[in-house]
Amino acid sequence: MFHKKTIAELSGDLAKKTCSSVELTAGFLDRIEQHKDLNAYITVDRDQALTQAREADVMIQHGKATALTGIPIAQKDIFCTQGMLTTCGSKILSNFISPYDATLIARLKQAGAVVLGKTNMDEFAMGSSNETSFYGPVKNPWDTSRVPGGSSGGSAAATAARLAPAATGTDTGGSIRQPAAFCGITGLKPSYGRVSRFGMIAFASSLDQAGPMTQSAKDAAILLNAMAGFDDKDSTSSGIAVPDFTETLNHDLQGLRIGLPEEFFGEGLNSEVASVVEEAIGEYKKLGAEIVKVSLPNSHLAVPCYYVLAPAEASSNLSRYDGVRYGLRAQEYGDLIDMYQKTRAQGFGDEVKRRIMIGTYALSAGYYDAYYLKAQQLRRLIAEDFNQVFEQCDVLMGPTSPTTAFKLGDKTDDPVAMYLNDIYTISVNLAGLPGISVPAGFDSQGLPVGLQIIGKYFDEARLLNVAHRYQMVTDWHRRMPKEYA
Amino acid sequence: MAWETVIGLEVHVQLLTKSKIFSGASIRYGAEPNTQACIIDLAMPGVLPVMNKEAARMAVKFGLAVGAEINHRSIFARKNYFYPDLPKGYQISQYELPIVGKGSLTIAVNDKEKVIGITRAHLEEDAGKSLHEDFHGMTGIDLNRAGTPLLEIVSEPDMRSAQEAVAYLKKLHELVRYLEICDGNMQEGSFRCDANVSVRPKGQKEFGTRAELKNINSFRFIEKAIEYEVERQIDVIESGGQVVQETRLYDSVKDVTRSMRSKEEANDYRYFPDPDLPPMELDQSFIEAVARSLPELPDAKRRRFINDYQLSDYDAGVLTASREMAQYFETVVSESGVEAKIAANWVAGELLAYLNKDAVDIKDSPVTAGMLSGLLKRIKDNTISGKIAKDVLDAMWKGEGDADVIIDKKGLKQITDSASIEPIIDEVLANSPSQVAQYKAGQEKLFGYFVGQVMKASKGKANPAQVNQILKKKLGA
Repeated sequence: MFHKKTIAELSGDLAKKTCSSVELTAGFLDRIEQHKDLNAYITVDRDQALTQAREADVMIQHGKATALTGIPIAQKDIFCTQGMLTTCGSKILSNFISPYDATLIARLKQAGAVVLGKTNMDEFAMGSSNETSFYGPVKNPWDTSRVPGGSSGGSAAATAARLAPAATGTDTGGSIRQPAAFCGITGLKPSYGRVSRFGMIAFASSLDQAGPMTQSAKDAAILLNAMAGFDDKDSTSSGIAVPDFTETLNHDLQGLRIGLPEEFFGEGLNSEVASVVEEAIGEYKKLGAEIVKVSLPNSHLAVPCYYVLAPAEASSNLSRYDGVRYGLRAQEYGDLIDMYQKTRAQGFGDEVKRRIMIGTYALSAGYYDAYYLKAQQLRRLIAEDFNQVFEQCDVLMGPTSPTTAFKLGDKTDDPVAMYLNDIYTISVNLAGLPGISVPAGFDSQGLPVGLQIIGKYFDEARLLNVAHRYQMVTDWHRRMPKEYA
Repeated sequence: MAWETVIGLEVHVQLLTKSKIFSGASIRYGAEPNTQACIIDLAMPGVLPVMNKEAARMAVKFGLAVGAEINHRSIFARKNYFYPDLPKGYQISQYELPIVGKGSLTIAVNDKEKVIGITRAHLEEDAGKSLHEDFHGMTGIDLNRAGTPLLEIVSEPDMRSAQEAVAYLKKLHELVRYLEICDGNMQEGSFRCDANVSVRPKGQKEFGTRAELKNINSFRFIEKAIEYEVERQIDVIESGGQVVQETRLYDSVKDVTRSMRSKEEANDYRYFPDPDLPPMELDQSFIEAVARSLPELPDAKRRRFINDYQLSDYDAGVLTASREMAQYFETVVSESGVEAKIAANWVAGELLAYLNKDAVDIKDSPVTAGMLSGLLKRIKDNTISGKIAKDVLDAMWKGEGDADVIIDKKGLKQITDSASIEPIIDEVLANSPSQVAQYKAGQEKLFGYFVGQVMKASKGKANPAQVNQILKKKLGA
C-alpha cells in the first residue's frame, strides 16, 4: 500500500527502515508500467532511477537522510536532466539528451530524491489540457475520457493515480494549479523568483515558475523546502530568505482575513464548482476566518494581456530551436532559410506555431506599442489591483478553474475557449504572486474541484498553512480514483 | 555644385574582460573552434544569462572618460533575427536605455580642434563566426566568440570628412587602450567600425540619404572606403539618380563599396526588454569608485607634457600616443637625469625609429626604459658622445647588453684627457698645411673640417668640446 502514502509518510517508513528506496522506486516503476494507458510519462529510465535509489539507501544507512532522501519524484519533462531525454513535449526536442541538470533537479538530487521519470506535458507548456503534446494526450485518472488539465498534465495525472508520490510542475498561466484542480491534487505555484528557472525550458520567462504537485500541502512544503532559494545562475531568482515551510503549517487560522474577489464568482463559473468552493469557504469560517468581499477590477484584462505577453516572449525564447546545434533538423532541405522553415514547420505543433505567430506579430515594428507595450501597462494595473486588496485581507480565495475536467477533444478546435480555462489563474502569474490549488470536493459526475488560494508576495508559508489546516479537517485530498487505488 | 560630407560612426569595442558578458566561458582569441563555448553560449534549452559586472565597470569607465551621463538604470533588450552563428536566435543588446548616454570627444585636424558628439554607448554580446571554407560546400560554426562583451559607441553625425572620421577613430582607439578596456587589435576584430555616410549640397540643413559601410578593419581602409563612397554618392546624384538607404561592404582589394542589403530587405528586429535580465542598477558609489580608478587621460597627459617638460606639441603627441609610451618616456626622464627634451629626442626619435622599423610594440622593446636611461647617463657624464651613443643603441637593440657593457667591450669610452687629444690634433694639422693656411687667411668655416678630421682620426671617441677648445687654441696661435 506504499502508493497511498504521502512523502511525509514514506519518509517516515524509510527512516524506520520498514521499506527501502529501491523497493519504493521499483514499486512505482511497476505501477507506471501497469498504467501506461494514462500516458503520464514520456521517459522512464528504470536503471537510472534504481541506481539513484540505491545511493539514497546508502545515505539513509549513513544517517544522512533529508525528508526527501529516497523518495521517487516525477519530473515534468520541461526540466533538463543530465544524460536523459528532455523533450518539453515537443518533436523538435524529441532527440535532445540534456548535457546538464536544471538547478531544481540538482537541488532535489542533492536532497536525495530519486528522478522517477519525466512526465508528459503540453508542448513547451502551451496548453491547458495536455492535448498539444507531441507524445499524445494524458488521460485524467478520474475519468479517462477527460483531460487532466495542462500544461503539467502528466505530473498531475501521475500524482493523482499514484504513479509517483509527488511531482514537479511549472506554471506560466495556471499550468500547475489547473491540472492539480482537474486531478484532485495539491499544486503550488510559488512567487515569481522563488524557485530557480535555470534549466527549466523557457516558455514565457517573466511568468514561468516551478512548483510542487503533491497529495497534500504538507508534502508541498517538504518539496518546496528543497526547491526554493536564490540561484546565481538565474538573475531573476530572489535573494529573499527561505523559511522552513513545514514549521508554520499548523498555525491557527483564527482571525485570518479571506478576500473573495467578486470577479472570481461571476458569469462563466460552473454552478457546481461554485457551490463546492462556497462550502470550502464555509469550512474556513468554522476555522475562525473572516470573509472580506473585495474586487479586482482589472482582472477581465488578464487573459488578453497574457495572450500578448506570453506569446511575445515565447516567440523569442523558441528561436533557438533552429536545427543548427541540437534537436530536430529537417531531413531534406535546400538552402539555410529552407532548413529553418522545414525544421520548424515539422518540429513544432499547431498551438506552438500559433503562439509564435501571435508573439512575433505583437513585437513587430508598428504594432509593438499597441500590443506589447499596452499589455505591459495592463500588467502593472493588474498587479496594482492585488496590492490594493491585500491591504484588506491576508489571502484571496476562489475557484481554480471555471469548470471541472472537460472531455478530450472538446476544446481543441477553439483556442479561445481553451484559453478561458485559465481565467482565474493567469492574473496571479501576471502579478508574480504565489497561488495554490487544493482539492475541495467533487461535482455530480465525481470530478474533482480545486479551491485556489492566492497569497502575498513570498508568503508561501501562509498559503501552505492555510491549505494544511483545511486538509486537517477534510479528506478530499486523500480521495483516489477507484481504478488506481 | 559644392557638396558636404556627413559621417557618423558606430564603433564596436571588444572589452578586455576575462570571461563572456553573460557566461563564465573564456574569451581568449584563437582557441580551437567551439572549445570556449559553454552551455549558455550554445543556447542549450533552459539556460539563462547572468551579467558580467566587469563589463559594466568598463563601460562606465569609458562613459566617464568622454564626460558622458551614466545611466544608473539601464535595460538589456533582445534583438531578434535568425542566423546560424547567433545561437539563441536573438542578440542581447541595449536598446532604449543604454548604460552610457551623451558625451563627446575632441579631435584635431590640421591643427584645428573640433568636438565630436557621442550619442550613446551600450553593452551587447558578440555573435559567433560562420566558416565557409574547408567544409565542402557546408558552413562551419565556431561559437568561441559568441557572448564576447562589446561596447558599441555611437557618434553623432558630426564629421565632415574622411580625415575627421579617421582622427575620431584614432582618438577613440587611443582612449580605449589608455583605459585598458580594449586591446585595440583591429586585425583580430577587437576594434571594428561601421560608418554612416551621406552627402548634401553645401548649405543645406537636411541630411542626405545615408549608406552604412560595414566592418572596416583599418584606419587606412576607413579613409579610403569613405572617400570612395562620397564620390559614388555625388556621382549618383549628379547623374540624376538617388542614393538609396542601404548597407554596403568595402572591398579593400578593389577599393570599392558594394551593396549588401537595402532598407527594404532589412530585418525587423522586434526589440523588447530581455525578461531574463532585470534592469541593471548602478549605484552612485560604484560609479564614484570607477571614477577614482580612471587613469590620466591622453589629452590631460599631453597638456602636462607640454607644460612640465617644455615639449613641442608634436613630441608630446608622439609620447602620449599610448600609456606605455608615456610611461617609458617618464621613466627615462627620471632615471637618466637628462633634460626632458633630450630624453624626448631619444624616445620619440631614435628608439621609435627602431620600433617602427621592426614593428615592435613599445612594451616589447628589447631596449627597456632602464637600458635607455643607462645610455643617456653616459652621454651626460661625457663617457660617450651623442654620436657614439647611437651606435651603442644599435648594439643594445641587437641584444648585445647594457650600454656600459657595450661601451666597455667595444672600447667606445670618450677620450677626455687633453694629453691624448693633443697629439691627434697635431697630426691632423700637420697633414693639412694648405687648409691651415687658408684658415689663417680668414676662411674660418674650415674650422669644422678640422673638427671632423680629428673626430675621424679618434674614431669618434674624442670629446667634441675639448677638441673644439684645443683646436681653437692651436689655430689661434
